[in-house]
Amino acid sequence: MADPASGMMAGAGPPVLELDGIGVWLSGREVLRDVRFGIGPGEVVGLIGANGAGKTTIFRVVLGLLSPTSGRVLIAGQPRPRRNRSVGYVPQKIALDPEMPLRSRDLVALGLDGHRLGVPLPSRRRRELVDEMLQAVGAAHFADARVGSLSGGEQQRVMIAHALISRPKLLLLDEPLANLDLRSEQEVVDLVARIAKDQGLAFLISAHDLNPLLPVVDRVVYVAHGHVASGTTDEVVTSSVLTELYGHHVDVIRLHGRILVAASPGLSAERGKLEDSIDGATAV
Amino acid sequence: MFTGFMVNAWLVATVVAVVAGVVGFFVVLRGSSFAAHAVPNAAFAGAAGANLIGASSVGGLLVFAIAGALGISLLSRRGRRDVATALAMVVMLALGALFLSFSTQYASETYSLLFGEVLGVSSSELLPTAVLAVVAVAAVVLLWRLLLLTSIDPELADARGVRASHVELAFLVIVAVVTSMSVPVVGALLIFSLMIGPPAAARSFAADPSVAVLLAVCFSLATIWSAIAVSYLTTLPIGFFVGALGAAFYLAGRAHAVWSGKRVGSSGVRASRVVTAFDDQGARR
Repeated sequence: MADPASGMMAGAGPPVLELDGIGVWLSGREVLRDVRFGIGPGEVVGLIGANGAGKTTIFRVVLGLLSPTSGRVLIAGQPRPRRNRSVGYVPQKIALDPEMPLRSRDLVALGLDGHRLGVPLPSRRRRELVDEMLQAVGAAHFADARVGSLSGGEQQRVMIAHALISRPKLLLLDEPLANLDLRSEQEVVDLVARIAKDQGLAFLISAHDLNPLLPVVDRVVYVAHGHVASGTTDEVVTSSVLTELYGHHVDVIRLHGRILVAASPGLSAERGKLEDSIDGATAV
Repeated sequence: MFTGFMVNAWLVATVVAVVAGVVGFFVVLRGSSFAAHAVPNAAFAGAAGANLIGASSVGGLLVFAIAGALGISLLSRRGRRDVATALAMVVMLALGALFLSFSTQYASETYSLLFGEVLGVSSSELLPTAVLAVVAVAAVVLLWRLLLLTSIDPELADARGVRASHVELAFLVIVAVVTSMSVPVVGALLIFSLMIGPPAAARSFAADPSVAVLLAVCFSLATIWSAIAVSYLTTLPIGFFVGALGAAFYLAGRAHAVWSGKRVGSSGVRASRVVTAFDDQGARR
């Protein structure tokens, strides 16, 4: 497996995030084991794995919502403080009532000071900052629309603006491409690439399929059965590394710029299972 | 209509309506309608118990309503929120039934606790009502942004270091305070209708949360003022008019939402059809 410190090519300086030997046990079951990887400033990292592989648990540990059983989380070289403004979080599409009286601009403003007491005083600076963020994610034309009435891709952009406005160093996106149509998917990927380039912001993006993220990721962290392998796509997404990670033979096929990951026919018990794995590309 | 004991009725009803509008806005936003129904039932038990031992009824209301709020909050951390709320409510209702069975003025007592006596408000009730109202509104103003943030997604709030479960507990205590000031006036059953109908209507008319909360207060005031006036003129129970007007506001809100949704929605539907057609042609990334 690739060394966690290797391949930090984007930017210089200490890693914005470092997971050092993280282990997590939940109700008597080992969910994560010796997870270690780092993210350098401005680096875009894909966290790839099937449902239940441990991606969400890794996010919860980084966000401080879950204390690991072993290991350390370092943010900019320091142990994680309780309130951390340098890590922003964009959850998976949240089911909001379409009639909820909350506009895109209200949600973005809450990203600035939603943790504070009292009612915000109307301020020109605050309004300008919110407009600027909405502009940055291409959400200006639905700034006054109710968040619950937006499409998945639109909501994703507003949530990114909500996270961006507090000027984090690292943004965690939880399955941002899930349930998006192809065009919205492309828009979100382009947006991530642009923000990473313009603002030097690092990203950790979880997904079950690596392919849509290929144009934007600098490195990948592959998760299976609570173990991870990290490095560049070429280092990690290979038959030998994934075979070791999954514990049974895995084929990696590169086809017209796409990567297909599939269980080996020889080791797949039933035919149906094999078809599933090839179809899902990463659903080994 | 505006003399003698009626002056107290107008004053207290106005205060109750303002607070019900402000707090009810968040009850609807957070999907806490069931809790807002359960807490007044707890308060009902408290008032019955306080009358039995000759203690102040506002004290009994506060103690039981807050106990109910704490019970719901603690139980729902370990299990499903609706089940926890239902259990807390049933226990409190059972206690209320027990306390009332010891009372000598069974029927009239029950009736006024459940349906209120807005026309029989005494001057001594004015001050406690006003104090509790100020406390409840001040708490909502203080927690405004935290209540909004945790209504969107508890995990989003937790990730920013805001403990969503603590905010929820604080909110249920606010509901308990509102309940305690309102039960002697409008009754355990009616405060619920005042907290749900007008705010649910207001959200259909305004997308800006601060405008929606002001609108909720206006609708709530309109509901209770008309209910008192009509009840005074017809001598029919005020409860009927509060419930019916609350529902009428809600229906008007729904109608507005459907009407404006039709206008806004049509272009969105067309756009998604285009994308589906694109997918159907077998375009792959």
